[in-house]
Amino acid sequence: MTASRTWSVALTGIDGALVEVEADQSNQTPDFRIIGLPDSALREAASRVHNASANSGLALSRRRITVNLSPASLPKHGSGFDVAIAISALATDGGMDAASLARTVHLGELGLDGRLRPVPGVLPAVLAATRAGFDRIVVPHGNAAEAELVDGVTVLAAASLAEVARWHGADVAETTVEPIERPPAAETTPSDPDLADVIGQPEAVEALITAAAGDHHLLMSGPPGAGKTMLASRLPGILPELDHAAALEAASIRSLGGEPVDTLVRRPPFEAPHHSASVAALVGGGSRLVRPGAIARATHGVLFLDEAGEFPAHALDALRQPLETGTIVIHRAGFTAAFPARFQLVLATNPCPCGNYGVRGADCVCPPMAIRRYLGRLSGPLLDRVDIELHLARVSVAHADLADGKRVSTDAARARVAEARHRAAHRLRDTPWCVNGRVSGPWLRQGPLALPVASRRPLDAALSRGALTLRGYDRTLRLAWTIADLCGHAVPTVHDVGRALFLKRGIGA
Amino acid sequence: MAAKDETGRAGEDRAAAHLERKGWRLLDRNWRCADGELDIVALEDEELVIVEVKTRRGMGFGHPLEAVDARKRARLWRLAMAWAAAHPQIARGREVRLDAIAVLGPEPATAKIEHVVDLR
Repeated sequence: MTASRTWSVALTGIDGALVEVEADQSNQTPDFRIIGLPDSALREAASRVHNASANSGLALSRRRITVNLSPASLPKHGSGFDVAIAISALATDGGMDAASLARTVHLGELGLDGRLRPVPGVLPAVLAATRAGFDRIVVPHGNAAEAELVDGVTVLAAASLAEVARWHGADVAETTVEPIERPPAAETTPSDPDLADVIGQPEAVEALITAAAGDHHLLMSGPPGAGKTMLASRLPGILPELDHAAALEAASIRSLGGEPVDTLVRRPPFEAPHHSASVAALVGGGSRLVRPGAIARATHGVLFLDEAGEFPAHALDALRQPLETGTIVIHRAGFTAAFPARFQLVLATNPCPCGNYGVRGADCVCPPMAIRRYLGRLSGPLLDRVDIELHLARVSVAHADLADGKRVSTDAARARVAEARHRAAHRLRDTPWCVNGRVSGPWLRQGPLALPVASRRPLDAALSRGALTLRGYDRTLRLAWTIADLCGHAVPTVHDVGRALFLKRGIGA
Repeated sequence: MAAKDETGRAGEDRAAAHLERKGWRLLDRNWRCADGELDIVALEDEELVIVEVKTRRGMGFGHPLEAVDARKRARLWRLAMAWAAAHPQIARGREVRLDAIAVLGPEPATAKIEHVVDLR
């Protein structure tokens, strides 16, 4: 037997494509060729395979070996194919179980000493393999915990190439090597700021809870020191924990970004890119290997843009596609990479460049044009998708003292959010949606749950006055349902609709 | 004669004996021209075969066949054409083929012979 085949995974974005790695031996002088659009890291696998085999006591055939990565038209990159290439090349001499090879997926990079090195993106690769119907996966020892997060697969965590070959029936002497470990995951600082730390901003806290309950995008505007960043950083804490699928997706993104992933993090991610971030930093980039950007890393969590007015306009525009579709697609020569991007957007901005415009007892030194330009950045399509526009004022001493008794703790807020989300999910059980923030406008207006005229009177009035666009009308309606869910009303009352109108009406209205 | 040349010579003798045992007709040994040297020129049935013999006592410097790389193959083809031009009455109308024989072992008499047919 001279031809052999096994499997590996090529990652483009979060989706993995199964790649068949076949090797054939021809009776020619020794040579090792890799074909099937390899990048330079992958082409160099030839040397790694050579030395790793020699140092593992495995004899690589002294003939020409051609390794083909199929589908041949899909660009492949990185060192994650090393193990599959080595095993299929070694198997061309026979001595390994062909059936066992053909139903196993191999991931991992080889060291020259024959040990397996951990690679990024193991979690999405294992998920792709299980989706394609494979249940046996060889991963480097350092990626074992990550691969085992996926249910229903047999993970062979191998420390060395010899171990893998032995597993497929090769006759190799047993040696013990010290497995290569990943650098341990960065200490996850248990910085779990409590909502009760927020003093004297009861309306803002309530708005934050509303945003969390309905998955509404939020804009906060206020002078420096009003507590915008403080509020935003407390949002993930009051959101419900991620379910298994969402946590896997979030962990896959972290894995693709090269972070060590050992456990499923149930807490929604919180991404706060700096306002100097480029478009590539936000959406993800790289010429061949596409890394997820801040938008993708915030999926199932919160994307917080502090000083939103300072972001370059084209960076903000990059948010429009993911806000609309829930995915972000990056196009490169020969392939496209898709990442999930279902995040809750929180924008914070000062009222003007100096931050003092409209603040009592402070002088704004900005020329009028600067103020218009500053807020103009945020206008348009982006602001159209924001449900809650919240104005924050600086907290006065009197307020701070007064509010001392009735602060809301994170635990209490999370319970209310969970309760409201449960109501919404129950009401929307026969629809494709499960949170108010995602329900389509026409369905809300004309569907089975359309509001009676009496309750929507404030809305209709605002619409006919021209204070509300039709899109704004839909957004306010969604908000009204969330408020009703939070208050335990079966249907939004006039009061709920009025409060929704108050939250919606912001600098843009 | 240096030790390495003796080894090479012994390897070529061994390879030649091996080919004769297989019924090949040897036409030329160590044919030289300005460009280099051909180890063995032989006929297998009606096909003209240029054989490069590589002898090594051990694997310390790699497998003998590894020394027959693309550059060496290209040179052997040039030499093959030169041989054919010098012997037109034999070469005319015949297919030409390039083979390599590795002789690997400390003693040429007992060394292992690997014959790779039709290098491309």
